[in-house]
Amino acid sequence: MNGLINCHAKCQVVGSRSLFLAATVVGVLLTLSIFAFMVMLGLPLFSVHSLTLLLTQAWAPDQGLYGVFPFICGTCAIVSLSLLIAFPLSLGNAILIHLLAPRRLARFLHQVVKMMTGVPTVIYGFVGIFFLVPLVREWFSRGSGMCILSAALLLALLISPTMILVFLESFAAIPATHLRALEALGGTRRQKLLHVILPGARTGIITGLLLALGRALGDTMIALMVAGNATAQPESLLDSVRTLTAHIALVMAADFDSIEFKTIFACGIILYLWTAVLTLSLRYLHFNSAKLKS
Amino acid sequence: MLRYAVLLALLSFLCFFNSPVRAEPTAAFGGQTGVLRISGGTAHIPVMKEVAKIIMQAHPDIQISIAGGGSGAGIKQVGEGLVDIGNSGRKPTDHEIQKYGLVLHRWAFDGVGVIVHRDNRVQALTRGQLQDIFSGRLRNWQEVGGVDKEITVFTRDEASGTRKVFWKKALAKKVITNKALVVASNGAMKAGVSHNPYAIGYVSVGYLDKSVAAVALDGVKPSLETVQKGEYTVVRGLYSNTKGERDGLTKSFIDFLFSPSGREIIAKKGLIPAAR
Repeated sequence: MNGLINCHAKCQVVGSRSLFLAATVVGVLLTLSIFAFMVMLGLPLFSVHSLTLLLTQAWAPDQGLYGVFPFICGTCAIVSLSLLIAFPLSLGNAILIHLLAPRRLARFLHQVVKMMTGVPTVIYGFVGIFFLVPLVREWFSRGSGMCILSAALLLALLISPTMILVFLESFAAIPATHLRALEALGGTRRQKLLHVILPGARTGIITGLLLALGRALGDTMIALMVAGNATAQPESLLDSVRTLTAHIALVMAADFDSIEFKTIFACGIILYLWTAVLTLSLRYLHFNSAKLKS
Repeated sequence: MLRYAVLLALLSFLCFFNSPVRAEPTAAFGGQTGVLRISGGTAHIPVMKEVAKIIMQAHPDIQISIAGGGSGAGIKQVGEGLVDIGNSGRKPTDHEIQKYGLVLHRWAFDGVGVIVHRDNRVQALTRGQLQDIFSGRLRNWQEVGGVDKEITVFTRDEASGTRKVFWKKALAKKVITNKALVVASNGAMKAGVSHNPYAIGYVSVGYLDKSVAAVALDGVKPSLETVQKGEYTVVRGLYSNTKGERDGLTKSFIDFLFSPSGREIIAKKGLIPAAR
């Protein structure tokens, strides 16, 4: 009887293991096949216009230039600025909710942040056009207001909730014993934050940053609606730019056989590799530093 | 008094349903059911919506879905069989016609007019000034008699039929600055220009209304009348394309666009009905 139960449990373990394995394999294969698909469809483009030209040239289809370099710059500018704005804000917010605010306020803020993760990006874009863009235009009295700055501000708003929630989770995962030990030694709140919580939550902070980066890199709607989509190389934060994702959305309607259309795949490949390299390198850095520590 | 009011309401109700203009032309749809999918050019949408509404009200078994996407998307999607009718604000190229076996139905003419913000003092430009503004050579409204502010140029994406016609007929194929902001539909263009006091852009004449100011080009204001009389020359045909000759719902829908009540709707939406 006992053996039967044992066997049953074992079967269950084996069954669920193969189920999860299958799910993983399918997920990985799907991701890889998307990449293969993009390379396959983008290949005709690379044979005519070599990859380096594509990566360094300007975009001027009238003159036979199909480079996506301005869009890479635009993406870089918007994503990094939005992270620069959102990271300190999110970290501060998470610390406030976790450590500083009275319990009622903290719970309220936590709920608000949770709710914010569910707001569709198109709503942010919409509010941006009617509210933020005119403000930016009047404040700086230069340009159209549809620019890197406006898009980055909105994008920061979009990615902050994700970061805050991941930070909060990692704060909460810090062993209570560590905190109690510090309290027993008479540590202040500041010491608690600087010497226990932040170092302990480093993995979580990096994870949150990565997730936010991925979300910012992949967002299409905000850039499409608010950044202006100009094809020129940006020179200031008040210049209008086109991101790689917005370029895909805009050129999607072009003739299927045109070179313009094929640049979509180049953009896709660049975005794909960009995310992959960033994720892998940060993981590597993190893994190394963890090894050093131990 | 109340009785009269009720009677009047009933009468007008009956008139509405019995009005021969509305009931007769949709007769071709009698007994037909199913879904008709339309996509593409955004200049077509006001007419498409109105026609679809009338047909679906008279024949509840018919469903008509209308999407935008621009001329390029319309041609591509109908060619690949994703939709039944693909609209385009330009004539599909010979290559496209041949590759997809398209049949073209040009049911209206449409002007493409330059627009600026309502409060802009500049409401007339010459072709030369317009070309200089769009190429980025003229950068300040002051240079054409406006306020001392930088000009924000709006344009459409490369697949847009409106852009193609504007570029060919108003800009004489001169370059459009790469600093221009790019939007993806006539509606987005109007929204962008109406919310930016220093903007200039261009839309289908069917989209002109009080939210923006139409700019006279070489002395001629773009409007239904000037397009009709042939005075305003930045004009293009609006096409509904099908893959091969189609029958059933698709044919009935296109026939409706050429019927008297179809033409009436087209004119009401600020376009000029074309003969078959």
